[in-house]
Amino acid sequence: MSKRKADFEYEKSFSYKFNTWLSGTEDPYVGKVEMKKQHHRKTDEATIQERMREHHKLREKVYDVDNKMVVSFNKLYKVFAIIFCIFLFLLLAWNVSYLPPLGAADKAVNNEVPKRYIESGIEETGAINFVTGMILDYRAFDTLGESNVLFCATITVLILLQITDKKKKKTDEDMIFEPHDDPILKLSAKVLVPVIMIFGVYVVLNGHLSPGGGFSGGAIIGAGLILYQNAFGFSKAKLIFNEKTYKSISACALLTYCLCKTYSFFTGANHLDSHIPLGIPGHILSSGLILILNICVGMVVACTMYTFYVMFRKGDF
Amino acid sequence: MHFQLVQNFPFFTILLCLISAVICSVLSGKAARFVNTALLITVTVMNALVFMYVNMTGESYVYMMGHFPAPWGNEIRVGVLEAFMATFFAIIMLLSMFGGHHKLLEEVDEEKHRLYYILVNLLLSSLLALVYTNDLFTAYVFVEINTISAAGLIMIRQIGRTIEAAVRYMIMSLLGSGLLLMGICMLYDLTGHLLMSNIKEQVAILATDPNSQVPLMITITIMSVGLCIKCALFPFHAWLPDAYGYSTVSSAAMLSSLVSKGYIFLLIKIIYRVIGFDVYERSHIMNILFIFALCGMIFGSVSAIRESDIRRMIAFSSVAQIGYIFMGIGMGTKAGMVAAIFHILTHAATKSLLFIAAIGLTDVSGYSRKFYDITGAGYRNKVAGVGFLVGSLSMVGVPLFSGFISKYLFATGAIKLTGKMMPALICLAVSTILNAIYFMKTVIRIYTPDNSLHYQSVKTKDEMLYAFTMVGFIAINLLLGINSHPVVLFIEQGLEMFS
Repeated sequence: MSKRKADFEYEKSFSYKFNTWLSGTEDPYVGKVEMKKQHHRKTDEATIQERMREHHKLREKVYDVDNKMVVSFNKLYKVFAIIFCIFLFLLLAWNVSYLPPLGAADKAVNNEVPKRYIESGIEETGAINFVTGMILDYRAFDTLGESNVLFCATITVLILLQITDKKKKKTDEDMIFEPHDDPILKLSAKVLVPVIMIFGVYVVLNGHLSPGGGFSGGAIIGAGLILYQNAFGFSKAKLIFNEKTYKSISACALLTYCLCKTYSFFTGANHLDSHIPLGIPGHILSSGLILILNICVGMVVACTMYTFYVMFRKGDF
Repeated sequence: MHFQLVQNFPFFTILLCLISAVICSVLSGKAARFVNTALLITVTVMNALVFMYVNMTGESYVYMMGHFPAPWGNEIRVGVLEAFMATFFAIIMLLSMFGGHHKLLEEVDEEKHRLYYILVNLLLSSLLALVYTNDLFTAYVFVEINTISAAGLIMIRQIGRTIEAAVRYMIMSLLGSGLLLMGICMLYDLTGHLLMSNIKEQVAILATDPNSQVPLMITITIMSVGLCIKCALFPFHAWLPDAYGYSTVSSAAMLSSLVSKGYIFLLIKIIYRVIGFDVYERSHIMNILFIFALCGMIFGSVSAIRESDIRRMIAFSSVAQIGYIFMGIGMGTKAGMVAAIFHILTHAATKSLLFIAAIGLTDVSGYSRKFYDITGAGYRNKVAGVGFLVGSLSMVGVPLFSGFISKYLFATGAIKLTGKMMPALICLAVSTILNAIYFMKTVIRIYTPDNSLHYQSVKTKDEMLYAFTMVGFIAINLLLGINSHPVVLFIEQGLEMFS
């Protein structure tokens, strides 16, 4: 004989909620999600006509609609643009037909350069993933430039979109930008965000062992941060990621990157021994500086992604 | 092989720029400015030492970036011309930053100063890398940094016109980058290399093979057109006037004198070190560049004459001057190339002088940029007046100033040509007259006494710094104009080292 629960206790339980949801007696959204009332536009003929007239008046005022030169120029411009694009397309297609076919053995690309990457890449860089070994050790200068491109892009976005005006900050209610309190999104974020984050960290840390690395892992972590922000709003996301975090993380990561590479370029060019152990290929702590660089790149990419999102959404962290 | 310490400096300066950009991101605006100035001075000194060293040894050297030699790893290459250009760019950037500092304080949010200095540091790093690189893909990566930071420099002053200008710049410039990237991909597919000297060997073989004539031609065309779009050669110059005319004055000076010059220098490098001068000449792209350049010289000047806004007038004058440089490249001779590189120096020194002088003139005219309002401004701000006078004389091509030497070099280069002589000389003459019309018009206007006296007693901040900048720019102009012989020798020596 089972003990009967009190009614108020039962109403809190999962099975009650599930039953009411199943039978449809209670809408789980009601009272829990903030919903805006929808405004229905008046769509009768007269208002539409009036709107069109206003639009035309405005157009005539702003643009020189009657000027036949301008009108014909615009038409010609479109025609020429299309012709030019078709011409460019055909030119490039014609060019491609002359290029050596993909995968041909005697292609010029199959020369001594990739041969050394593949044959002695593991031995020289300690990374099992050739691509990582190539971008972070053989051609590290390019990748250093590439991560600075990301840094530069973030700075430019900050210039364009960051709101530095103190007054504007206060008057702009954060509520407009806040996501609505959505239980489905919240619950799924609760489950997904930790998994995404851990997966991102895994991809970053295993960059030298398996496909992936700083760029892809960082993008995954950034996506996790964006999902978290969407589900829980700016007030909570601010606790884990604000302007100070952005500044310190990206500055530390890039500084470490630059200093590591300064050391390795300097020793390399002067034919000195770098004294960095390569470790045993296949182990997590191996391949010299590559692991550190991957972590740095991952942090920079994650910061960049999240900052882009926040800037485009609100203009402030 | 053991390296001297001085041989490390090119690589040090590139990395130093990147590191100081990162450090600036956590500093306040004032501290960032201090770091930026210190960086610019260090870079100037270091590159000057490299220049002296390379000049002394008389041969270029390659510097391995990392533990792996060239076709596998990255490398940079240092010669006389590269070191000279790097030093020159750093000096011009330093002076531009000094001259525009008071406007930066006025026009830009205080919280964003820090970001401005970060972009300037990154821009310098990309310029140095473009000058020194020996690898096409490294060049592309730093072209990206250059493009993005230039867009940031345009829109740091947030008014409608600069945002619009930055969007235009971004669209055109990314089109150029895209074409350049496509060209690099095709070249890689054809030759299997990204290192400049290796590509050149392969291209020399491919050029004799009739089957690969078409892709080689198209590749060369695409790369050249991409870079031409980025440095605003005549039909692609629509983004230029607003970008130079409305951005804050340091940005305008740097954009006109450094950013576009970096791309031109890259193009010259590609001509000499990637494609090979002979192959490039046979592809007839030079003739097309030549025609565009002549059109640019005339149309840029005509647009400048029609302009009623002093900053936009100087901006349109840039279109004409870029035309001059490409005329030199398009001549297809060594003399033409020397003239083009000399004009890069002339234009960099003069155009930044003109922009900064113009801002001094408009400041004492109630911030109006219309010609009517700047009447007599040369008396109200004497330093700026003298600076503008010198800049104008140099652009028109009066002896003693650097513009004269470059026009002289263009003319002597053109005389030796067979088919292109007459058009080059005629356009040079016509363009000089047009230059004289609009520059002398402005000079006469700023030295026409204005008796209405309604703009008196305007004090600008940082007057000493501004005067120092003007003196520096004028000195560079005179130095290039009077002491041109060694500079021309360095350029010739550098071009020999290229091939």
